[in-house]
Amino acid sequence: MADTARDPPPEQTDFQELEDGEDLFPEPAAAPESGPASLPAEDVSTNSNGPKQDSLFDDDPEDLFAEATEEVSLDSPERDVLLSDGPSPAITPITPPTSVITPRIESLTVPVSLQIEEEEGGDSFDIHIAVSDPEKVGEFSGTFWHLRDKQDSSGTSLSVFKQGEFSVKRRFSDFLGLHSKLASKYLHVGYIVPPAPEKSIVGMTKVKVGKEDQSSNEFVEKRRSALERYLMRTVKHPVLLKDPDVLQFLESSELPRAVSTQALSSAGLLRMVNKAADAVNKMTIKMNESDAWFEEKQQQFENLDIQLRKLHASVESLVCHRKELSVNTALFAKSAAMLGNSEDHTALSRALSQLAEVEEKIDQLHQDQANADFYLFSELLGDYVRLITAVKGVFDHRMKTWQKWQDSQMLLQKKREAEAKLQFTNKPDKLQQAKDEIKELEGKVQQGERDFEQISKTIRKEVSRFEKERVKDFKSVIIKYLESLVQTQQQLIKYWEAFLPEAKAIS
Amino acid sequence: MTSALDESDKEKTRSVSVDLNNDASLLIDIPDALCERDKVKFTVHTKTTLSAFQKPEFSVPRQHEDFIWLHDTLVETEDYAGLIIPPAPPKPDFESPREKMHKLGEGEATMTKEEYNKMKQELEAEYLAVFKKTVQVHEIFLQRLSSHAILSKDRNFQIFLEYDQDLSVRRKNAKEMFGGFFKNMVKTADEVIISGIKEVDDFFEQEKTFLLDYYSKIKDSTAKAEKMTRSHKNVADDYIHISATLNTLSADDSTALKKHLDKLSDLFEKLRKVEGRVASDQELKLTELLRYYMRDIQAAKDLLYRRARALADYEHSNKALDKARLKSKDVPQAEEHQQQCLQKFDKLSESGKRELTSFKGRRVVAFRKNLIEMAELEIKHAKNNVTLLQGCIDLLKSN
Repeated sequence: MADTARDPPPEQTDFQELEDGEDLFPEPAAAPESGPASLPAEDVSTNSNGPKQDSLFDDDPEDLFAEATEEVSLDSPERDVLLSDGPSPAITPITPPTSVITPRIESLTVPVSLQIEEEEGGDSFDIHIAVSDPEKVGEFSGTFWHLRDKQDSSGTSLSVFKQGEFSVKRRFSDFLGLHSKLASKYLHVGYIVPPAPEKSIVGMTKVKVGKEDQSSNEFVEKRRSALERYLMRTVKHPVLLKDPDVLQFLESSELPRAVSTQALSSAGLLRMVNKAADAVNKMTIKMNESDAWFEEKQQQFENLDIQLRKLHASVESLVCHRKELSVNTALFAKSAAMLGNSEDHTALSRALSQLAEVEEKIDQLHQDQANADFYLFSELLGDYVRLITAVKGVFDHRMKTWQKWQDSQMLLQKKREAEAKLQFTNKPDKLQQAKDEIKELEGKVQQGERDFEQISKTIRKEVSRFEKERVKDFKSVIIKYLESLVQTQQQLIKYWEAFLPEAKAIS
Repeated sequence: MTSALDESDKEKTRSVSVDLNNDASLLIDIPDALCERDKVKFTVHTKTTLSAFQKPEFSVPRQHEDFIWLHDTLVETEDYAGLIIPPAPPKPDFESPREKMHKLGEGEATMTKEEYNKMKQELEAEYLAVFKKTVQVHEIFLQRLSSHAILSKDRNFQIFLEYDQDLSVRRKNAKEMFGGFFKNMVKTADEVIISGIKEVDDFFEQEKTFLLDYYSKIKDSTAKAEKMTRSHKNVADDYIHISATLNTLSADDSTALKKHLDKLSDLFEKLRKVEGRVASDQELKLTELLRYYMRDIQAAKDLLYRRARALADYEHSNKALDKARLKSKDVPQAEEHQQQCLQKFDKLSESGKRELTSFKGRRVVAFRKNLIEMAELEIKHAKNNVTLLQGCIDLLKSN
C-alpha cells in the first residue's frame, strides 16, 4: 500500500522495546521518522462571522437534509511551522475563545505530537491538523471547512504524504463519509476507530438559515473544534493513518460527495436498522470466555463508561452554572454602576463605579472560564464517552466473530453426522456432495478460528494503545484546564488589587 | 442547634454597622441562640453601669417577634418622629437551606456515600451561615438602639432588655392597640403626600430626591448581588460532584491515570471549599451590606414621610387659622393649634437634619469598611486557589 512510496528510514526506532513485547505494527518498517519534534502554536483565527447566506434552492433532489459541508481551500501555507529541539510532547496552552459575540475568535488548535518513543533522541512523528473557518460557497448548498495539514518542514519524514504542508476544503458530510468508510473497514477486525462528531439537525439548520447570533456562532466553534479533534485522533492511529481513504481525505483537492451519510437517506435508514439488529444479536450471544483478560477489560470499560458519563454531566452542569454566574455578575455590575451614579458622596460614588467596572471585567472572566470548562474539560469527556462506545463495539465484534466461528463449527459437526449417515446409504452423488461441503466448512472453521484469534490479538494491542493515549490525553488536557483556572484566579487577583486602593480612598 | 459565637467570630461578622457597642455604660450582645424547629430563641445579654437598670449584668431569652414589637412601639412613639428608627431585623429565613436539604434527600440515591456526606456538610455550613446572619442582624438592631442618645433611654427598650418574663403578653396588647394593617395604609398615604408636598428647605429637598432614587437603586443591587452569590454557590456544589466522580474513577483505574485522578479529585475538593468561602464572604460583605442599608434608607424615608405629614398638618392649621380669622370664631384655638404644628414641624426638621447627616456618615464608613474587607478576602481566596492549582499542576507534570 503506502509502503511502496516509502524509503526505509535510516535510523529506525525499534518500537518493540516500547510495548510489552507486542508488535504494534504488523509491518516491519512501519516507523515514520521525523526530525525534532515540532511545537507549533498555530493560531488560525477563525472567522466566526458565520456562514454567508445559503442558496435556498437545492438542485440536488437527494440532498434534502444536506449537512453543512465544509470547504477546505488550497491555500499556500502562510505560516511556518515552528521547530523546537527535543522530542518533548507538544503541549501548547490553549487560548479559549473569547466572547463569541466578537467577530474574530482565537481558534483552538490542538497540536498534539504523537510520541512513539519517549526516550531522548527518539523519533517522533508529528502531524498537525488545524480545522478552521467554515465558509459558504454559493453554488453548493453548504459550508466548507478549511483543513490545514502540517507536518514538520523536513518533509522526508512522512513520505506517505505528498507535500509538507497543504490545505484542503471539506464538507461535514465528507468527515462522516470518511468515518463511515474507516468503520466498515476496520471495526469488525478489532480496530478502535475514533467516532465522528455528531450531527445536529437543529444546530445546522440555524447556521444554514444564516442566523448570526451567539448560539449559532458557538455551534460553529463547537463543531470546528470537534472536527479537529476527530481528525487528530484518526491520524494518530498508526494503522488508520496509512489508510488510502484517510490520505485521500487529507490531500486531494476534490472528494467524491459522500451521499450515504445523510441522516434521512436510504443508506442512513439502513444503518439504523442494522444497528438495531446488532443490538438484539448482542443480547443473545453468550460467549464462553476463555480469556480472563477480555472479561476483565470489558467490565473495566463498562465501569469507565458509567463514571465518565456521570463526570461529563457534572462538568456540563458546571459550565451552565458558570455561564449563569457570568450573566448575574454582569447584571450586578450594571446595577452597581447605577448605584454609584445615584450616590451623592463623591468618594463613595467613585468607588462604587470602580466596583461596577471590576465586576464587569470579572463577568468576562467567568465567561472565558466557562468556555475553557467546556472546550477543554467537557468536550474531552464527551469524546471519551463516544470513544468508549467504539471500544465496546469492538469487543462486540469479537463476540460476533466468535459466534460465526462456533456456528460454522456446529454446521460442520452436523454435516459430518449427515455424511456418516449417508455412508450407509447408496447415494454416491450425495455422499460426494457432502464430502465437498465438509471440506468447504472445514476451511471455514479454520478461517473462523484464525479470524477470532486475529481480532483478539488486534484488540489487545488496540486497547493497550488506547489506554496509553487516554492517559496522555487526559493528563495533557487536564493540565491545560488547570492552567486556565490558574489564569482566571491570577486575573482576579489583579482586578481586586487594583480596586483595593479605590476602596481605601473613600473618606 | 445551638451556636456559641466567640468574640473574634462576631467581630468579623458584625460589619454592616460600625462604632457600635463601645459605650461601656450600656453594652449589649447576643452570645447565644437556639434554633427549635422554626423558632429561634436569642439570648440577649446586657452589661450596664446605668442606674435605670436593676442589675449590672443580666440575660433574657427573646424571640424574633419581641424585636418586632420593640421596633413597632418605637415607630409609633410621637416623640421619636424626628429620629431614624433603626430598621427591624428580618425574620429568620431558613427557606433556602431547607429547600436544599429537600433536594438532597431526593437525590440521595444517585450519589455515592462520600458525595452525599460532602453535600450534607455543605448544607450544614449554609444553615450555620443563615443562623449567624440572623443573630448578627438582631444584635445590630439592639446595638443601634443602645448607642443612640435618645432611643437608648426608651422605657420599652429597657423593658425589652430586662423583663425576665415572657414578653408575649405585652406584645398582644401592642398589636391590638396599633394594628399593623393601619400602619401600612398610612404609609402608602405618606408616599402620596411626600411626592406632592412643596418643600421649603433645600436640604430636605435634596435628601428626598436622593433617598428616593437611592432606595430603588440599592434594592435592585441587593437582588442582583444575591443572585450572583447564589450562582457562586452552585459552582461550588458542582465541584463537589466532580470531585466525587473523579474519586470513583481513580479507584477503578489501573493505568498511570490513577494517581492523577486522585490528585485531581483532591484538588476539586479543596477548590470547592475556597469557592464556598468566596460565596459566603461576598454574601456577608456585599449582599448583606446592601440589604442592611436598603432597610436603613427605608427608615430614613419614613422619617421624611413623618416630617412631610407634619408639614401638611402645619399647612392645614394655617388654613384653619385663616378661616377662623375670617369667621372670627375660635381664633385662639386655631392659633394654638397652628403654633403646635409649627413647633412639631420645626422639631422634626431639626432632629431630622441631624439624623440624616449622621446617617450619611455612618453609611459611607460602613461601605468603606466592607468594600475593603471584601476586596482583601477576594485576593486572599484567589491566591489560595492559585497555590492549590499550581501545586496540582506541578505534581501532574512531574510524574
